[in-house]
Amino acid sequence: MKLKLHIWRQKSTQDKGKMVTYEVDGIIEDMSFLEMLDVLNEKLILNEEEPVAFDHDCREGICGACSLTINGIPHGPEKETTICQLHMRHFKDGDEIYVEPFRARAFPVLRDLVTDRTAFDRIMQAGGFVSANTGGIPDANAIPISKKDADLAMDNAACIGCGACVAACKNASAMLFVSAKVAQYAYLPQGQTERKRRVLNMVAQMDREGFGNCTNYYECEAVCPKGISVASIALMNRDFLRASLSEEKALDR
Amino acid sequence: MAALVRFLTSSILSKIVMAATGLVLVLFLLGHMAGNLQMYLGQDAMNTYAETLQGLGGLLWVIRAALFIMLVLHVITSIKLKWENYNARPEQYAMRKYVRASLSSRTMIWTGIMIFLFVTYHLLHFTIHATNPAYGGLYDAMGRHDVYSMVVLGYSNVLISLVYIAAMILLAFHLFHAIESMFQTLGVNHEKYNPFIHGLSLTVASIIMVGFLSIPIGVLFGWIELPAGVIIL
Amino acid sequence: MTLDSKIPSGPLAEKWDRHRFDMKLINPANKRKYSVIVVGTGLAGASAAATMAELGYNVTALCYNDSARRAHSIAAQGGINAAKNYQNDGDSIWRLFYDTVKGGDYRSREANVYRLAQVSNNIIDQCVAQGVPFAREYGGYLDNRSFGGAQVSRTFYARGQTGQQLLLGAYSALMRQVGLGKVDLYTRHEMMDVVLVDGHARGIVARDMVTGKVQSFAADAVILATGGYSNVYFLSTNAIACNVTAAYRAYKKGAAFANPAFVQIHPTCIPVSGEHQSKLTLMSESLRNDGRIWVPKKKGETRNPNDIPEDERDYYLERKYPSFGNLSPRDISSRSAKEVCDEGRGVGPTGYGVYLDFRDAINRLGRDVIEARYGNLFQMYERITGEDPYQVPMRIYPALHYTMGGLWVDYNLMSTIPGLHVLGEANFSDHGANRLGASALMQGLADGYFVIPYTIGDYLAKSGGGEKVTTDHPEFKKAEEDVRARIGKLLDLNGSRTVVSIHRELGHIMWNYVGMARNEEGLKKALEQIPKLREEFWENAKVVGDGESVNQALERAGRVADFLEFAELLVYDALNREESCGGHFREEYQTEDGEALRNDEDYAYVAAWEFTGVGEKPILHKEPLEFENVKLQTRSYK
Repeated sequence: MKLKLHIWRQKSTQDKGKMVTYEVDGIIEDMSFLEMLDVLNEKLILNEEEPVAFDHDCREGICGACSLTINGIPHGPEKETTICQLHMRHFKDGDEIYVEPFRARAFPVLRDLVTDRTAFDRIMQAGGFVSANTGGIPDANAIPISKKDADLAMDNAACIGCGACVAACKNASAMLFVSAKVAQYAYLPQGQTERKRRVLNMVAQMDREGFGNCTNYYECEAVCPKGISVASIALMNRDFLRASLSEEKALDR
Repeated sequence: MAALVRFLTSSILSKIVMAATGLVLVLFLLGHMAGNLQMYLGQDAMNTYAETLQGLGGLLWVIRAALFIMLVLHVITSIKLKWENYNARPEQYAMRKYVRASLSSRTMIWTGIMIFLFVTYHLLHFTIHATNPAYGGLYDAMGRHDVYSMVVLGYSNVLISLVYIAAMILLAFHLFHAIESMFQTLGVNHEKYNPFIHGLSLTVASIIMVGFLSIPIGVLFGWIELPAGVIIL
Repeated sequence: MTLDSKIPSGPLAEKWDRHRFDMKLINPANKRKYSVIVVGTGLAGASAAATMAELGYNVTALCYNDSARRAHSIAAQGGINAAKNYQNDGDSIWRLFYDTVKGGDYRSREANVYRLAQVSNNIIDQCVAQGVPFAREYGGYLDNRSFGGAQVSRTFYARGQTGQQLLLGAYSALMRQVGLGKVDLYTRHEMMDVVLVDGHARGIVARDMVTGKVQSFAADAVILATGGYSNVYFLSTNAIACNVTAAYRAYKKGAAFANPAFVQIHPTCIPVSGEHQSKLTLMSESLRNDGRIWVPKKKGETRNPNDIPEDERDYYLERKYPSFGNLSPRDISSRSAKEVCDEGRGVGPTGYGVYLDFRDAINRLGRDVIEARYGNLFQMYERITGEDPYQVPMRIYPALHYTMGGLWVDYNLMSTIPGLHVLGEANFSDHGANRLGASALMQGLADGYFVIPYTIGDYLAKSGGGEKVTTDHPEFKKAEEDVRARIGKLLDLNGSRTVVSIHRELGHIMWNYVGMARNEEGLKKALEQIPKLREEFWENAKVVGDGESVNQALERAGRVADFLEFAELLVYDALNREESCGGHFREEYQTEDGEALRNDEDYAYVAAWEFTGVGEKPILHKEPLEFENVKLQTRSYK
């Protein structure tokens, strides 16, 4: 099939980008979306043009590197599917496709479709962990955890940190990402000792990074490739309120 | 102190302010609507109710001040949020599609602005009488301020009625997302109760809309009439 | 070069404890005077960096991904083994050790494997403490399953995302240390070379993949945790960016590379759909419990599989291995699939695929049962191929997915370059010629959490590389110049072929001649073709763009250039090892039944290769393997 692609090109963070139109031919439906871009890039290279830069790695939907907005929807139209797992059979000959980066102030474009998502790492540094040094740990079965809680924790731990929630949010809010981590630990006994500190520090860092605010559109949940629920956001709101009211001292790292 | 500052500047706090002030305003709306529905009980009941309210004296001002603060907080916080949200994405998408977000949720700021303008007009119209100074000179047979006639007179003007009707529809649209959203922000989200919350949101928004709307419509259709003896100046 | 494995003396079960006592310690206050560089932030790298930082060392960690959380450890599905014996089914440290040595076809070191089995239990404890949500039973205790044909249930898992959860656990520990300022993390930085001062590894040169800046990092020791080299085959289940560059650079600087020919091929992957294919996706082997594998009897069959009558189907595994049938081991089922496809009986658009048919299972058990067992796998298959496996048979084909070989390390995980330590898949140490299912995660974390934090202290305490050095040292300046020159050379490539097309061609050579079944003739052919292709690369490849911004074509070119040299090393090793064992099958060395024929007499050694020059035959060093505790046996699956 033949496609018309409108792709965001931007040389560096400082440059002003623009949409550029390309045509690709010879696309077969078994290709993944990224393989289709590979075809385009091979063609561009042979034409002395710079290939389109995009983040990708595992290409099996788990590493969270790939991050494209396809026709206005992060990761494209298929439910719970990362862009690397989206195949061209969902498109038809002659389609026009808009390919844009995950847009947010907190995710500056490094080049073309590649964005800097280290803001997520910094949020994690602020509290996305259990402070358990290696060694000196009791037996793994010492604390029973109900299957339900383990499952709920796992539902949230499934987050791949891709940032689609931010990209989809009208306000570029990172609440779904942050709440997934907060909720994972909130459901587990191991997470209790630092529960208040964690939510306060992670939210504070999230705010510093310049993400927008959650206004409950739930667009994040709709595009999340791992189906993380906005119920986690409610849990985080609850935890944040409780921690704010009871934690009297200024928080340290 | 640092903790306090962090709390006050936090994004989640802003949301909680929106939810809490919104809740107070919704409760006020329900009370206001219940009061207005006394129009159906006739001139005497309505004016008695109005006079009782006026008779609260200082307390009335406290309530008014509280409501005013709620409204101002609600508006200021929404502007702060909007400003931050606007800045959170400097470069817009060339192509945008929504999968889940409802129209109501996406237009909150616009319905909000229009409701705010309406409230201003409404206060100038019925409370301060700035637009229609003649309302101040209406008295019923017992010498009380004739609120009942004022309302009927006000809504007899088709243009004014249409403004009120439009505003109430926008309000309902605003509330439909607002009420459901309030639960989420205050941390209430449970798959067992979510359908109920959704229904509640729809129901309360609809009740407020229908309750308020019924009065201008009632006047326009002649179900609520001007009592004898009131002279239109 | 001498290979001193430094295996401690004493009975097997006491070696590690004794060694830990014998090692020199650094007092807590002095640890902050030492610095360590960790390259790679997968399971091994992240766990090592975090743990060493907890101990007080100053750690610099680098990864080429945009975040430390994206390393390919994340893609492991099945689980992680540990000898907890929670299921009371007779497991023990000894049994896990024994199974691992046996599974590795007796080409691994007993002492290393025993230590691995010992610390396996600590790993599970550690991960649970970090908040890794392992699967639980209703009583609240950890659930286990049997994996990869093990006789005991010792595999811990978190749905089908165990690798992800373990990596996120290690990543969270690493993030904590970054937040505390104990780890300096550089993401989007690719290691280009290792720097030796007075024979000791004292730092690295890395390229900032955003600005193109070439920068040196100096420390008292260097740790590589840079993963495997499956992508030398172009198509593998590895992530696109996985590469051999870091390990290969170390090899060129004098580190021995051990057993590169030991690669593992997984039988149940989704087949290649065309030349455009960029990677392969693995599907759980559990599918073979209920699916029947077959190909048409007739060559060039074009009918829809459902229209092919029973008597025209060849259930070749059931025919050849009646007692194990479709559950025959990975290497046997992989090789058999290759054979029937080479005969021209393969299925699918490329002819390289075999059917995995659930028709009989669905008829016998009902669709509901099959859906409950394999629903998510069927979904994944449908997403990728667009075919509904409930209606038409799945198509599968083997694919490269793990490399047992790697840089040679001693018991302390130090390579032949003093100060250069190697962890995880990047080293060769624990899996011998074949890795058991759910053991990769175990090894990565064992190395990172529980081995290197001890052994690095011993190295540093025994004076390490001596005086402190800074990046102003001439060796760093020289290495930087070399790196810049090489990048310049790559950017100057202005031929008519893309780098990817050359990589793909290399993959074809490797897959055809150094793949599932190897023979002398084919290997020699590969040895002729690889240098030619390398020449073609340097003459005819094309790299566009500049070196001062994000340039993914340049990154790829650097990696492919190293693969083109490394491939030859792999072939030399395969050619040298005149036996069949584990993942290495030489057609000349098989039993009449097509079984691998091991030669313990002549080849019970680790083949460690020393670099002599590009295109030159490397020098072979042998580390003999002594088995004092395990009896060498031959397997049979008839």
